[in-house]
Amino acid sequence: MTRRLAIRAAIATFALGMLACGPARAADSVDPAADKAAFQKFFTSKFPKLKLEDFVNGPYSMNEDLHKQWEEKEQFPPYEFSLEAGKEMFTTPFKNGKTYADCFPNKGIGIRQNYPYFDEKEGKVVTLELALNRCREANGEAPFSYVKDDMAALTAYMAFTSRGKPMDIQIPNDPRALQAYQKGKEYFYTRRGQLNFSCATCHIQSPGERIRAEVLAPALGILNAMPIYRSEWSGMGTTSRRFTTCNSQIRGVPLNPQDDEYRNLEYYLSYVSNGLPISGPGARP
Amino acid sequence: MSGAIRAIFAASALLLATASTALAASEADYKAAYAAAEAANKEAGALRNQWTTTASTLSAAKKAGDAGDFDTAVAQAKEAEALAKASIFQATSEKERWKDMEVR
Ligand code: HEC
Repeated sequence: MTRRLAIRAAIATFALGMLACGPARAADSVDPAADKAAFQKFFTSKFPKLKLEDFVNGPYSMNEDLHKQWEEKEQFPPYEFSLEAGKEMFTTPFKNGKTYADCFPNKGIGIRQNYPYFDEKEGKVVTLELALNRCREANGEAPFSYVKDDMAALTAYMAFTSRGKPMDIQIPNDPRALQAYQKGKEYFYTRRGQLNFSCATCHIQSPGERIRAEVLAPALGILNAMPIYRSEWSGMGTTSRRFTTCNSQIRGVPLNPQDDEYRNLEYYLSYVSNGLPISGPGARP
Repeated sequence: MSGAIRAIFAASALLLATASTALAASEADYKAAYAAAEAANKEAGALRNQWTTTASTLSAAKKAGDAGDFDTAVAQAKEAEALAKASIFQATSEKERWKDMEVR
C-alpha cells in the first residue's frame, strides 16, 4: 500500500518532468528521403574521416586499430564455412526438384540489396529471411529457425553474391508502405526494457564507445554486413538473432523473429542506409 | 525519465526490504498479488513491452508460493507488479517521447 504510494509519487514526479519538456512537436509528415539525408549527414559529420562506404563494417569502422583487425580477419574469414554451406544449400534441389533460385528474381543472385521490400499484395514488409522460409514452405519444406545456422548460411551466400552493390530499398507510393516505414522508425527510437534504452541510445548516441568488451556499431549501414560471424557467439547470427539479442540485453522481452515490428524496423534501417554497399557476410570480434 | 524509473525501482526495493516485517502473508494473499502482477504483465504484453525482469520476478514469486513461503511470494509478486506497471508506463509515455531522440 505504502509501496503503491511511493510508485505513484515517482510517476507524478516523472509526469511533472514531462510537462516541463514543453509541448510535443507538431504532427510530423513522413518524409523518408529527408530522413535518410539527415541520418547519413549525422554520421558523416560525427565521423568526418570515414567514407560513407566504410560504415558498413560495424565496430571495425570505428577506429584504425579495429580496422586493422578487420583486414587481418578478412584473410581467413571465420564465416567461410557458413558461406560454403549456404552455397551448397542454395543450389541443392528441394524434394520436389525445385530450388531457391525458382523463388527469387534473377535466380536469387545479386539481389540482397533489394531486401526488405514492401509487398503491395500482402500490404507488409517482406525480409530476405522471411522470403527464404516462404520459399521453403511453398515447396513443401519445413521452415528454418530464424536465429540459427541454416538461415545464416543461406543469407550469407545471398549477401556474398551481392557484395559491393549499394543498398537499394524502395518505398512504393502506397500509404501502407509509408506507414510501415514510419512504424519501423518509431520502433528504432522507442526506449524499452528495464534499462530504458532505444536502439538509438546505443547505435546513434554511442557508436564507437565500448559497452563491456564490445565496441558499438553505428546505425548507418548496420544491416549491410548481415549475417555476421561473432566470436562471442562462436558462430553465425542472422538479423533476427541480432534484433532479439539487442532487445534482451536491455532487459526487454524480445518479440518473435519476423513479427511485424521487426520487419518494419528492418525496412527503416535498410532504407536510411540506401547507397551503402552490401558487405555481408561479416565477421565481428 | 530514466531517473524517474530508477526512483520507482529504488522505492520498490526499499519497500520490499521492509515488507518482511509485516504480518505473515497467507496463500490467498499470494494468489491475489500474483494475479494482479500477471494481469499487469499481460497488459504490458499487449503494448509489446514486457521486461525480462518482470518475468523472472514472477517466477521467483511462484517458486516461493509453491514452497509455501507466502511472505516471500507476496513480496516478489508485488515487485513483479511494480515492474510490469513501470513497463506499461514506459510504453505509454514513449508513444510521443520517441520523437525527441530522432535524428533530423
Ligand atoms: C545496450 C546497447 C544496445 C542497444 C539498446 C541495442 N544494441 Fe544493437 N548492439 C549492441 C552491441 C553491444 C552490439 C555488438 C557490438 C556491435 O556490433 O555493435 C550490437 C550489435 C548490433 C547489430 C550488429 C552490428 C554489427 O555490425 O555487428 C545490429 C544490427 C544491432 N545491434 C541492431 C540493434 C537494434 C535494431 C536495436 C534496437 C532494437 C539495438 N541494436 C539496440 C548494443 C545495443
